[in-house]
Amino acid sequence: MKLVIVKYNAGNIQSVLYALERIGMEALVTDDQQLIRAADKVIFPGVGEASTAMQYLRERGLDQLIKTLEQPVLGICLGMQLMCTHSEENNTECLGIFEEKVKRFQPDLENQTHLKVPQMGWNNIHSLKTPLFKNIPENSYCYFVHGYYASLGEHSIATTDYVLPYSSALHKNNFYGVQFHPEKSATVGETILKNFIDL
Amino acid sequence: MLAKRIIPCLDIRDGRTVKGVNFENIRDAGDPVELGAFYASQGADELVFLDITATNEKRKTLSELVNRISHHINIPFTVGGGISSVEDVNILLQNGADKISVNTSAYKRPDLIKELAKEFGSQCVVLAIDTKLEADGDWYVYLNGGRVKTNTKCRDWAKQAVDLGAGEILLTSMNHDGTKQGFALEITGQLVKDLPVPIIASGGGGKMEHFEDVFGIAQADAALAASIFHFKEIGIPELKQFLKEKRIEIRI
Repeated sequence: MKLVIVKYNAGNIQSVLYALERIGMEALVTDDQQLIRAADKVIFPGVGEASTAMQYLRERGLDQLIKTLEQPVLGICLGMQLMCTHSEENNTECLGIFEEKVKRFQPDLENQTHLKVPQMGWNNIHSLKTPLFKNIPENSYCYFVHGYYASLGEHSIATTDYVLPYSSALHKNNFYGVQFHPEKSATVGETILKNFIDL
Repeated sequence: MLAKRIIPCLDIRDGRTVKGVNFENIRDAGDPVELGAFYASQGADELVFLDITATNEKRKTLSELVNRISHHINIPFTVGGGISSVEDVNILLQNGADKISVNTSAYKRPDLIKELAKEFGSQCVVLAIDTKLEADGDWYVYLNGGRVKTNTKCRDWAKQAVDLGAGEILLTSMNHDGTKQGFALEITGQLVKDLPVPIIASGGGGKMEHFEDVFGIAQADAALAASIFHFKEIGIPELKQFLKEKRIEIRI
């Protein structure tokens, strides 16, 4: 199994690598197009800001590469958001794999729910679909840190409620994306990473 | 629903936990990695590692420790203690820390918060505040682990820090810390209402009911404690079960 993590200016690459090690998987961190294309599975991590990340990917031709990959690809957090069409974060055109749009949470200050932006912490995932969530019970908790969210749409395979229901995971063909951090989501996250590797 | 977080805090000196206690299930409670992994397996939502070594030659020990922690622990963790520059933070984040906390250094040079938020994002910048209720009825900021009083009010400093880019506030009440009489509900609740970022309450947690109050009454986003977990006065699984029964949103 050749597992590759796309190397770019994302903040959580080490954490993803270590999480894979904990489940007994070795991964190569690279931005080499040939190596990425030849991998069995590709993980596209991400912590950071959308426009800076997209610019970095474009400058290296990684944007064209990622959207034409044919093996299973897992985007994490910002990685998933970049796989959507457009992000409100600095009005950024993204990769356009998922038609869902990425918007900023608007906290409902009127009804005193104290919902803070960004969302930070453990929240439930429900309405789970696809083998990515095999053996994951409905309403399991995952760890989230994000101020922007992907709307619900035909590619939603998990839903989370914060301010409103949104896509906490997306799927289309060989592409998967999760808004939460499986690398920081305890045993639930480790199971999801294993499921991705088993796809 | 977003869950309330339970955060054990581990004090570290020279790469070892300071309050090493006997846990039957772990070989070496003085090893921060083993103790942290134990808490993670018990259901802790996050961990805070506070380095009280505070000498530069030991910094390397800390970054190596952080690297080991991030290899072995599958929940988020924050590292604090003696951080005063972008470079300090860069090393810790590169070694796998999810967040860092700053305290005195940020008070002395508030632009540090701005620099860190710009470089790494607000989500990884935790501002720790030690505060004390004075006779005039107001809460003031203390520095250097509570040894140095300032004339700055806690609410003012917290607000300024969030404006500069702090993504979370770790609030320790010196009046309550170590008393086991409950958290400082009033000032915690005040900051929860004042600020658009999560508030971690610290100091005073002694009984499970205290956690119920700090989440239910003060609406804190997270509660941090050290000795009650280290000395097994409260087990994290029991605490979480108790809170769930009290209808506090909690991850089990």
